[in-house]
Amino acid sequence: MNEGKILLDIRDLTVHYITYDGTVRAVENLSLSLKYGETLGLVGETGAGKTTTVKTILRILQEPPAKIIKGEIIFENEDLLKKDMKKMRKIRGKQISMIFQDPMTSLNPVLTVQEQIMEVLRLHNRKLSKKEALIEALEMLEMVGIQAERGSDYPHQFSGGMKQRVIIAMALACNPKLLIADEPTTALDVTIQAQVLELMKRLKNEYDTSMIMITHDLGIVAEICDKIAIMYAGEIVEYGTRKHIFHNGLHPYTKGLFACIPNILDEETKLIPIKGLAPDPINLPLGCKFHPRCSYACEICKTEIPPNKEIEPGHFVRCHIV
Amino acid sequence: MSDIILEVKNLKKYFKTKKGLLHAVDGVNFIISKSETMGLVGESGCGKSTIGRLILRLIEATEGEILFEGKDICKLDKKEMREMRKKIQIVFQDPYSSLDGRRSIFDSIGEPLRVQKVFNDKQSYEKRVYELMDTVGLARRLANTYPHELDGGRRQRVGIARAMALNPSFLVLDEPVSALDVSIQAQILNLMEELQKEFGLTYLFISHDLSVIKHISNHIAVMYLGKIVEKSECKELFKEPLHPYTQALLSAVPIPSIDVKIDRIILEGDVPSPINPRPGCRFAPRCRLAGDICRQETPELREVRPGRMVACHFVENQN
Ligand SMILES: Nc1ncnc2c1ncn2[C@@H]1O[C@H](COP(=O)(O)OP(=O)(O)O)[C@@H](O)[C@H]1O
Ligand SMILES: Nc1ncnc2c1ncn2[C@@H]1O[C@H](COP(=O)(O)OP(=O)(O)O)[C@@H](O)[C@H]1O
Ligand SMILES: [Mg+2]
Ligand SMILES: [Mg+2]
Repeated sequence: MNEGKILLDIRDLTVHYITYDGTVRAVENLSLSLKYGETLGLVGETGAGKTTTVKTILRILQEPPAKIIKGEIIFENEDLLKKDMKKMRKIRGKQISMIFQDPMTSLNPVLTVQEQIMEVLRLHNRKLSKKEALIEALEMLEMVGIQAERGSDYPHQFSGGMKQRVIIAMALACNPKLLIADEPTTALDVTIQAQVLELMKRLKNEYDTSMIMITHDLGIVAEICDKIAIMYAGEIVEYGTRKHIFHNGLHPYTKGLFACIPNILDEETKLIPIKGLAPDPINLPLGCKFHPRCSYACEICKTEIPPNKEIEPGHFVRCHIV
Repeated sequence: MSDIILEVKNLKKYFKTKKGLLHAVDGVNFIISKSETMGLVGESGCGKSTIGRLILRLIEATEGEILFEGKDICKLDKKEMREMRKKIQIVFQDPYSSLDGRRSIFDSIGEPLRVQKVFNDKQSYEKRVYELMDTVGLARRLANTYPHELDGGRRQRVGIARAMALNPSFLVLDEPVSALDVSIQAQILNLMEELQKEFGLTYLFISHDLSVIKHISNHIAVMYLGKIVEKSECKELFKEPLHPYTQALLSAVPIPSIDVKIDRIILEGDVPSPINPRPGCRFAPRCRLAGDICRQETPELREVRPGRMVACHFVENQN
């Protein structure tokens, strides 16, 4: 019914942090869109502005120091940046939910896990009786592979992987239209990560939820994302389908990322690191923000901000030289 | 053989806890030859760091021997251990926690030289510190900065420079790149490889990241709950993992490519507690091959093919 339609459309978003040392330009002129049922991978290294972007969508930024300078975040045809906090709270619980890297940021240590899921369920459907909520909460736990008996345990009685699965159950309890996951498996061991990813893939299909998956791991992106945005120093430098990025990645930073990771299927002998360091966000370079680290940089890259070029339908690259 | 630099025999470390005896390392054997890299891989809590700390003798072994150039480290007295520390050094995941925040980069790198009283004139001392900064790729102008002013990659270079100060022959690298972004990780991995070549270093490289381990190692030992379950030459292991745990572990790694399809083995449940472990194979409760014998008898690490050591009762029964 909603297939092919746009659920989320971010236009020209700029977010700064006003700090003692200066203005941190965390997100600059970021535009992005996500269709119903799609999973978008937001990829970038520490400090690229990924968390700031999704916190802005949810309006959970701490303002100050954060300041939304400009832009629109159109979600189901309405601009989230124009909503008051009361309306936003409703949207957060009902339509958009979030999974953080550290499960304890979303779990209450003094409530049992079933109480916490019941709370979310009842917040969304006030008509639900306590008993009905409990039954539903236990079903959600089973769905994420945790036995119903464990519902009366407290978070600290669970391992890291199980806590993250409880969070997924909570995040899905309100049947959101958009699920945002910020490095949900970074703190987990790989076999546990595999369990959680498997679960997320299954739920994505069953619930048809749209998803934004933040990660620095191109392996995870390959596994579950339809669209990919590569972020560098507050900007999206390349955006496209998984095919575009994996078969025809064009931005020098995208190429650099692929060249510097060891791959267990490759017989590579030498890694090719990206030279230098990510820039200081208080003191960003002029022109293309990647130019000091780019081996293809020309004169124009040092002075002019590259335009966002559509190289092929749906494949955008922000680079002078492609 | 003369090219063996380190031999670990039946190494055990049990920690006393309120709930009982925690078997952190439980009868581990391995050999590392000179100038090679042995990768130690496994999920968190399997005992990797404990092995590293035992080799440095930061903690005392419960049982077993650690022979470095033929001498048992566990039996050395204080003075002998001091000499030994020049040869064996460690680099940690987050050098931040091992660096003194009030000390400049220059002083931090020079510390081992001062402690061991290597130089008695200031000039040679300073020359050596700057030389170390050059070796690990730290600009000399950073000498007077403090750890908090540096990014993770540079902090790790400081950690490596400190470890290199006394010209060691053996380094334990405990998750040295795990806290770094991928572009910086590659810089540090390349540096480690260059240093190894230049100075003929031997590494015990500890990591939970299989892609990193595969890239850097000549030999690999896979650990599960205090025991080595498989040990092999690196390429062979990745071509054909033999232990059911290694198979699951390798299949769990997400591959940064959209053209390959891996048949993933999803393990049920979590790693059981290492406290008062039950007899038998530690992996049996999650193993797809497990039979009765696995719950009774602990499988020994044995050579099932030339160069392939596996601790599994049923390894020959797979097809
Ligand atoms: N509360 C804050 N105050 C000041 N700067 C911040 C704050 N939160 C994040 N930043 C800065 O904003 C930039 C983007 O951060 P973040 O969105 O967390 O990036 P990512 O999630 O991609 O690692 C970074 O330079 C970070 O240091
Ligand atoms: N000082 C200690 N006291 C008690 N238990 C410890 C201590 N150090 C480590 N352990 C336990 O020993 C086991 C192995 O830990 P560790 O060697 O750090 O694992 P790894 O480095 O593989 O993650 C874990 O169960 C850990 O909790
Ligand atoms: Mg973040
Ligand atoms: Mg460790």
